[in-house]
Amino acid sequence: MRHVDEYRDAQAIASVVRRIRDTATRRWALMEVCGGQTHSILKFGMDQLLPDTVELIHGPGCPVCVTPLELVDRAIAIASRPDVSFCSFGDMLRVPGSGDDLLKVKARGGDVRIVYSPLDALRVARQHPERKVVFFAVGFETTAPANAMAVHRARAEGLSNFSVLVAHVLVPPALEALLGCEDARIDGLLAPGHVCTVTGYRDYEAVAARHRIPIVVTGFEPLDLLHGILAAVTQLERGEALVENQYARVVVRDGNAAARAMVEDVFVVSDRTWRGLGAIPRSGLALAPRYARFDAEQVFDVAKVAVREPEECRAGLVLQGRLRPTDCPAFGTRCNPEHPLGATMVSTEGACAAYFHYRRAPLAAAESPLTGAG
Amino acid sequence: MCLAVPGKVVEIEGEGELRMGRVDFSGVTRQACLAYVPEVRIGDYVLVHVGFALSRIDEQAAIETLRALAEIDALEEAAADDRAASGGS
Repeated sequence: MRHVDEYRDAQAIASVVRRIRDTATRRWALMEVCGGQTHSILKFGMDQLLPDTVELIHGPGCPVCVTPLELVDRAIAIASRPDVSFCSFGDMLRVPGSGDDLLKVKARGGDVRIVYSPLDALRVARQHPERKVVFFAVGFETTAPANAMAVHRARAEGLSNFSVLVAHVLVPPALEALLGCEDARIDGLLAPGHVCTVTGYRDYEAVAARHRIPIVVTGFEPLDLLHGILAAVTQLERGEALVENQYARVVVRDGNAAARAMVEDVFVVSDRTWRGLGAIPRSGLALAPRYARFDAEQVFDVAKVAVREPEECRAGLVLQGRLRPTDCPAFGTRCNPEHPLGATMVSTEGACAAYFHYRRAPLAAAESPLTGAG
Repeated sequence: MCLAVPGKVVEIEGEGELRMGRVDFSGVTRQACLAYVPEVRIGDYVLVHVGFALSRIDEQAAIETLRALAEIDALEEAAADDRAASGGS
């Protein structure tokens, strides 16, 4: 596949790994923020190719994982109503609420639909004016333009049977919260390439300056990630703390102006509670007042749903990069993708799911899919 | 959820908010909203996320990234040859 295969060349990968080994003179801890990057790192065995001087800490960049339990419970309450067609990305269906998950609501006969795009949910609303169609608008900045367009089109078309349950979060405030901890041990960051496709990286320049750490906007293919790691390690060795853009074929400094304009039209910045990180000021999006009638939390009276956090799940520590999934006592035993205790085990971006799928048993370095048997 | 896939635009219709296209992902084509990439023309590669093209892939920038990676490769090859010639490991 064009713009993919070029970044998986085994010889080039070996060379960049050697360069990283030659460049790092001491141990550096880098956080890859995005869960998609975490999955790529484990899928291709890159953590095992890297020298011991580079430690990768997995960040909170999994929107499904950080969606607070109370919102999952509200989704389940709405989806259980007989007059509702509840549309969601597939990832959310297996996330455990206090009791059920959305898949169980569907198994009981609830009208729960997996959609590829929020525009699919809009289509359901057009085709079924007799149904109340709700879309679970989960995501980071990457997904906000798509969800904003769905709400904007619903308003323009006068669709009165469409609403969204908003669980949108923003990356920079979460990074500030993580880096602001006294015991933070993050030396550098790989910034999420697809979030920056929309937002650009000006906000990250402020983060880099304030916390004096290098930040490299990085893509998702093996060579992208290794190239980003090399750039961060090179900066650290030189004592620099700059924002670099490794993913220049996709990301520009100001991001996508048209997409940002639509997000700013439909949403306003709001306080948000993150599962695992707690309440973070101005770290999410809520519908702007003129779109309030599309807010599912107001359309359906679900604000009083009670919440009970599972005691055994330690996803909060995993999301903060303080616990490796395999160090959790429940990993792979009482918690697995079939019977998850928390969202990090079921989401396609969850760190626990990545460790379960790609490295259930420790893998010898020589068996890495990138290097083959040799 | 931030998964986004590069594909080639093969059809464009509509304009403004309703600008849509068909994008070829190595043989599989899907519809995508092109409202956020007004500069995109047929034949361009775009990055698609949940049915929306978010960026036109910059061919020149891609070439420059690959060139930088090739330079690292060449330097490392030369360093390895030097080590071999000097009897090092």
